Amino acid sequence: MSKYKMHLLICGGTGCKASASDAIAEKLKAELAANNLQEDVQVILTGCFGFCEKGPIVKVLPDNTFYTQVKPEDASEIVKEHVIKGRKVERLLYIDPTKKETIEDSKQMGFYRKQMRIALRNCGFINPENIDEYIARDGYQALGKVLTEYTPQETIEVIKKSGLRGRGGGGFPTGLKWEIASKNQADQKYVVCNADEGDPGAFMDRSILEGDPHSVIEAMAICGYCIGASKGLIYIRAEYPLAINRLKIAIEQAREYGLLGNDIFGTGFSFDLELRYGAGAFVCGEETALIHSMEGLRGEPSNKPPYPAQSGYMGKPTNVNNVETYANVPPIILKGADWYSSIGTEKSKGTKVFALAGKINNVGLIEVPMGITLREVIFEIGGGIKNGKKFKAVQTGGPSGGCLTESHLDTPIDFDNLVAAGSMMGSGGMIVMDEDDCMVSVAKFYLDFTVEESCGKCSPCRIGNKRLYELLDRITKGEGTMEDLERLRNLSQVIKDTSLCGLGQTSPNPVLSTLDNFYDEYVAHVEDKKCPAGQCKSLMKYVIDPEACVGCTACARNCPVNAISGERKKPHEINTAICIKCGACYEKCKFDAISIK
Amino acid sequence: MTKVKSLADLKKMKETLQSKIDLREKGDSAENLVQIKVAMATCGIASGAKNVMDFLLEELEKRGVNAVVTQTGCMGYCYAEPTIEVKLPNADPVVFGYVDTKKADEIIEKYIKNGELVDGIIPVNYESIDNK
Ligand SMILES: Cc1cc2nc3c(=O)[nH]c(=O)nc-3n(C[C@H](O)[C@H](O)[C@H](O)COP(=O)(O)O)c2cc1C
Ligand code: SF4
Ligand code: SF4
Ligand code: SF4
Ligand code: FES
Repeated sequence: MSKYKMHLLICGGTGCKASASDAIAEKLKAELAANNLQEDVQVILTGCFGFCEKGPIVKVLPDNTFYTQVKPEDASEIVKEHVIKGRKVERLLYIDPTKKETIEDSKQMGFYRKQMRIALRNCGFINPENIDEYIARDGYQALGKVLTEYTPQETIEVIKKSGLRGRGGGGFPTGLKWEIASKNQADQKYVVCNADEGDPGAFMDRSILEGDPHSVIEAMAICGYCIGASKGLIYIRAEYPLAINRLKIAIEQAREYGLLGNDIFGTGFSFDLELRYGAGAFVCGEETALIHSMEGLRGEPSNKPPYPAQSGYMGKPTNVNNVETYANVPPIILKGADWYSSIGTEKSKGTKVFALAGKINNVGLIEVPMGITLREVIFEIGGGIKNGKKFKAVQTGGPSGGCLTESHLDTPIDFDNLVAAGSMMGSGGMIVMDEDDCMVSVAKFYLDFTVEESCGKCSPCRIGNKRLYELLDRITKGEGTMEDLERLRNLSQVIKDTSLCGLGQTSPNPVLSTLDNFYDEYVAHVEDKKCPAGQCKSLMKYVIDPEACVGCTACARNCPVNAISGERKKPHEINTAICIKCGACYEKCKFDAISIK
Repeated sequence: MTKVKSLADLKKMKETLQSKIDLREKGDSAENLVQIKVAMATCGIASGAKNVMDFLLEELEKRGVNAVVTQTGCMGYCYAEPTIEVKLPNADPVVFGYVDTKKADEIIEKYIKNGELVDGIIPVNYESIDNK
């Protein structure tokens, strides 16, 4: 048997694959073979490391060297220098954005130091297409344990005691949900995994399925045992081909090993899984809409109750959980409820995966213990604001979350604190904004998304959100009034109170939270007709400084609407009534005589 | 195809499969393990460092020592190749020179297992490669 001395882990997540990580793996293998090292060094394609922006990533173990932005051409140098001579390839090492020094050991990187990986425990660590690697990491032992040692009710007690809450947005206690489904009697029940992930910018569920599909499969089987279901369905959007492919491979391997199918572990328990594809409508992530979509009906939400646990797929009791929720289950069973509940805050246990994006240095996927502060996430893990700009706001909770400010930075992150601050956890999107972002435009951006994604079934959501959007649009154009600000508030409240599903019930949140936290900015747009962040085009004014203007006529010749007048060699002037703010004159003036006010 | 028929089956499988990813797990918790770095620059390789590394890997496992063996660049003691650096948990790293398999055997038995110092240490103003 060959004994590997070194492992080269190459990220095979969607992001890194898109920038040729497959080719890097091939090149590395070829180079190793050329040096007769294929017996000494193993090349493994893993799931996402979370640091996608700096991908493709190659990690060398056991010394934890973390190479970023690797190209296929770099393969030979990595083998010749690092593998053969033990010298690290300096130019591929990660450079700390704040200290400007290279970091060799990934455990010393600010991005990883404060993280704690439970749901992502195997992502970037194992080959997701090889069930043996999952088993080597205690895979399927939690399933074996509950089937042979616990009754369904005992298992549910463990999950209840752990304090695990749903990671799909609502934060409903998972153990309680399982208990309700288990108590409802029926000849057939279903376990559903919600892998729709419609939040723009979110990719935590995709990464888990790509990097560690077995953890979700195992957890669904455990849930099946608890609630008395022999069938599981994974609802996944068709735009996730890599995740779908890895799930198919994993399901096939689990069946071959007898870990799915009939009489699992010789206990008489049977469970099997099927995939169902979604077309990628945001509202189909809502559980009742999701169930309708799986039944072949229109993906529209319906009134609750009945809840899926009472009457779900095909009218049978159905347990719907999010991907990340499931991924937490096997470690809870193996390490115990007490271990899990020792992590996190009083009412939010464990960890949460966030997709960190926006104007920060380290963009990526992170998993942190609940209770960490926004400041730690943004400034330590995220490496602070890009280009030395000032932090302005952070939007959490996806399209229906809220924008928090400087004054919230020391808030410990958990389900309840975020709601108390006027935002929410949602599925874990986190977008950081700097001084150049206009908060009215940000609210408008999210409303644009909701208007687009509303299923149209109920009028407050269908019409109300459109009106909210129009009001915001007027304000960004400098046509808003102070009454409009009141209207925004009132209409938001009505939409929240009267919409049928979570989409409408939360869609005004970006408006309300920006009104609360950035009221001055709204007033500046309305009263002073100014956009403090300089983003709202309609409110910008191009002016020529007569002192600086030499009358070269360059601006006038380039103005598409002939808004500039003036004699040659004399100061020019802009007729702001005609100017369409294209910026052409600003670009052309070589004398810095034109400025934006 | 292997069918997993019982939990005991699965546990047995895990035992055999464990070693496949052992090296990754060790890298993850290296600070609690014995860490050995073998100088593998041209000078090291020329004087047999590869042999020593193979020997260390094999013997440490045989003798049940939980250790991470990595290779590193030239430590600057070309005259004393092969050189290895050994760091026991909670101790400063120590560098040994002229390490052949016989010496390596002695280092495992005396220094690594019992913490007894053995000959061949390169002490003079040695800087750990980590702080270089
Ligand atoms: C408009 C809308 C979209 C949603 N999208 C998702 C989604 O993409 N993924 C998800 O897991 N839950 C989504 N949810 C929440 C689900 O309805 C449901 O609460 C969740 O899947 C339950 O799983 P959990 O208890 O594990 O969080 C959405 C809810 C609403 C109202
Ligand atoms: S609130 Fe909006 S998305 Fe939800 S059912 Fe009503 S119209 Fe459809
Ligand atoms: S391009 Fe500048 S300097 Fe020339 S006329 Fe226009 S404003 Fe004046
Ligand atoms: S911004 Fe465009 S439209 Fe306005 S004055 Fe300059 S060139 Fe003309
Ligand atoms: S896809 Fe490679 S690090 Fe995320």
